[in-house]
Amino acid sequence: MVATSPIAPTKTSQDVLLQVEGLSISYENKKALSGVNFEVRRNEIFGIIGPANSGKTSFLRALNRMDEFQHKMRVDGKITFAGRDVSTVRNLYALRRMIGVVFPLPVGLPLSIYDNVALAPRLRGVRNRADLDVIVERCLTRAALWDEVKDRLKSLGSLLSGGQQQRLTIARALSQDPELLLLDEFSIAVDPVTTMRIEEVLKSLRDEMTIVLVTNLVQQARRLADRTAFFLAGECVEVNETEPLFRGAKDQRTRDYLEGRFG
Amino acid sequence: MQKTPSRMPAPRPTLASDRSQAWADALDKRDRAWGLDLAARLLVLLGGVSAILFIGAIFLFITTEGLEFMVNTMDLKALLFGTRWEPTVEPPEYGALPLIMGTVWITAVAMIIGVPLAFAAAVYVGEFARGRQREWLKIGIEVLAAIPSVVWGVIGLYVIKPLIEQTFGVPIGLNIFNAGIILGLMAAPIIATIAEDALKAVPESYREAAESLGATRWQVIWKVVLPHARPGLSAAVLLGVGRAFGETIAVLMASGHRLMIPGDVMDSAATLTATIAAELGEAAVGSDHYQVLFVLGLLLFLITFSVNLIADRIVRGRKAAQ
Amino acid sequence: MTSIDANSAQGERDDAPVFQATPNEHKARSVEQVLKLGFLAVTLLLLIPAAGILAVLVIKGAPGLSWEFLTTKPTDNGAAGGISTALVGTVWMTGVALLFSLPLGVTAAIYLSEYARDNWLTRTINIAIVNLAGVPSIVHALFGIGAFVYFLEFGKSVLAAGCTLAVMTLPVVIVSTRESLQAVPRAFRDACWNMGATRWQTIWRIVLPNSGSGILTGLILVVCRAVGETAPIMFTGAVFFRQFYPNGVFDKSMALSYHLFSVSTHVKGVPEHIPYTVALTLILVVLSMNAVAIYFRMKLRGRKKW
Repeated sequence: MVATSPIAPTKTSQDVLLQVEGLSISYENKKALSGVNFEVRRNEIFGIIGPANSGKTSFLRALNRMDEFQHKMRVDGKITFAGRDVSTVRNLYALRRMIGVVFPLPVGLPLSIYDNVALAPRLRGVRNRADLDVIVERCLTRAALWDEVKDRLKSLGSLLSGGQQQRLTIARALSQDPELLLLDEFSIAVDPVTTMRIEEVLKSLRDEMTIVLVTNLVQQARRLADRTAFFLAGECVEVNETEPLFRGAKDQRTRDYLEGRFG
Repeated sequence: MQKTPSRMPAPRPTLASDRSQAWADALDKRDRAWGLDLAARLLVLLGGVSAILFIGAIFLFITTEGLEFMVNTMDLKALLFGTRWEPTVEPPEYGALPLIMGTVWITAVAMIIGVPLAFAAAVYVGEFARGRQREWLKIGIEVLAAIPSVVWGVIGLYVIKPLIEQTFGVPIGLNIFNAGIILGLMAAPIIATIAEDALKAVPESYREAAESLGATRWQVIWKVVLPHARPGLSAAVLLGVGRAFGETIAVLMASGHRLMIPGDVMDSAATLTATIAAELGEAAVGSDHYQVLFVLGLLLFLITFSVNLIADRIVRGRKAAQ
Repeated sequence: MTSIDANSAQGERDDAPVFQATPNEHKARSVEQVLKLGFLAVTLLLLIPAAGILAVLVIKGAPGLSWEFLTTKPTDNGAAGGISTALVGTVWMTGVALLFSLPLGVTAAIYLSEYARDNWLTRTINIAIVNLAGVPSIVHALFGIGAFVYFLEFGKSVLAAGCTLAVMTLPVVIVSTRESLQAVPRAFRDACWNMGATRWQTIWRIVLPNSGSGILTGLILVVCRAVGETAPIMFTGAVFFRQFYPNGVFDKSMALSYHLFSVSTHVKGVPEHIPYTVALTLILVVLSMNAVAIYFRMKLRGRKKW
């Protein structure tokens, strides 16, 4: 599995998509993350589990540089994405286009369903109607939404039900054709059956992109993630391949969390 | 990891590593969207700053038009306290006290009439009225606000004037009272709207707390809502004063335009605004008379600026306290 | 609504049903009813003049109002004939005012809603807007003379008058546009930014298209004020009598509001009904625009997009 390519400089940078070193995030006085280190490898599903307020969402925000819009947020440390230090990127929009994000709260944009999913392709220059049709259908299918909306693609995305809007959000993220897909507790707004369908899709997407899955549902991480990290109160306590982590975590806190001693 | 093309129908024709490299390069290229965004940012900043530019420009132009007069001829004390405004005789006298007092009298009458009406409307619409009734009342207030000042002037000339002459027996019904009624009605909508906002801003929890102690609706309003809304209500009155103060055409038509210090509500009077409007057409451009009118304009500008600043301070003080 | 009343608590509690009102409460209730009616009466006192004015104008002005009146040119210094030149002049001046105030105002509103942070610059801009709205109309006229008639050398013209009106109505556009921009939920912008859309792309595709109501309201308010204001145009381009339509924007012109002022005050020999008729025309224009605004507001309120 050693990568050899004329472009790739070393083996490490081919394997690793995301490198986090000494990452600390704070909002005014509150510290959200302190000195976190880990890496995410290409084409894997990387799970992040942990109780609320562990800094998981802050990490996602710092990753695609949405801290630009929040002035009180302070980011220290280094995030390297695709070999580039995220804080030195000169075109942040290009960075964000490469990263698809799905947040827990569903958001259907006040455009037609078609335009919702066609937005990202249009922004990156796809104009041909036939191409857009293909992309829209593919993304909506993968988001397990196509069958429900295929006859009403012109209706407003913002008027769909919560679960449908969440799947629409996933479809939008997929329509970016991203390098990295970030999912932050996506199943909160989605019913269990649909969650299962989406989980199947995520497993198949692994070949095309890298996925970071933040979840409160410990079993979901076990089902999907290749490797999993446990976050607690702003600290990255432990990172390991999923099965070994679940079977026998090295840190007592991890074991306590996995056994449900606290949530 | 290198992807073998035969494994799965890949939607992307290039190898993962090639694609990543291309996209990684894009991270540092500032494309058209980036440039457009920056241009838009600068353009809207310019638009935003334009308000400041215009206020500054108003101040600048008015000052420069009257500058020569201010620097050479003018005696500020004589202007503000002099009792004779006779710019067309030789030698001309530029005592603006009659104008200032006329403005004060008319504004005072306007507030005495307008503020109670506006507050009552604000209380009723904000606290008592519901549903359809409330909609219609608000539309009524909007209609009142929409009437142009020149139409008010016509009403003052043709409707209120004869009414005053008949009711009070004065020879000419164009006076402070006439102008005061009109200005009061003109300023009332803005006072009512701001007062209503102030009442609405009182937190529901205050009202609920008082009601749970058994207070009637009126007691809640009198003892809880009104006191709490006092800063907003003061701001409303101040803005009403500003409105009445700055009105030109309606006052010009209804006040009788007598250039003497008024002594009675039934006296005719002249305001700063009306005088400028009345005499600007006749004054030769660049003459002393012309320039002193600009000086009066500057005076008006500074007064309304201060009134607005104070009202804004009050409103922001209230917001900060919340 | 019951209250724990000292009188009822001790002696009557076992006998009287808890939810029956006490005599005290009845009195308080009727006091409240009286007060409520009193406030309603005073409120109506405020609104009756509006109705009265409209009634007077209709009664005294309607007889003279006809299509002919609106389309004939005035004669005899404005004392006779129609008001067509005044109407056309008002249309020109309003057009110029819209041309300048709408783009500038919408741009400023976009800045305030989408870009501005809570700093001294934003506070200063807001103070400037409030002040611009509060400047007396004659002061706007003085500014118009100094800046547009003389400095920019437009001369007394439709252009100068229109620009003066534009500066005057700028705050109105800014405030109403900003309100509707801010009504668009933040979540939409966040979703777009997360996808890599630039701020401008987000504004252009999502925020601005959903703020039409505010811009429309601003437009209507500008028209209402531009049509109704007299002082700002009196010395910057409006003349009280002219037999011709304006010949381009650099020409002087009659205007409806100023025409009303002239025939009411200094023109000699005006038949009694003329001021009423002109006033009625003016009011009808203003009110119909307001009605359009109210209609759109109600219609848009029903059509929810999120």
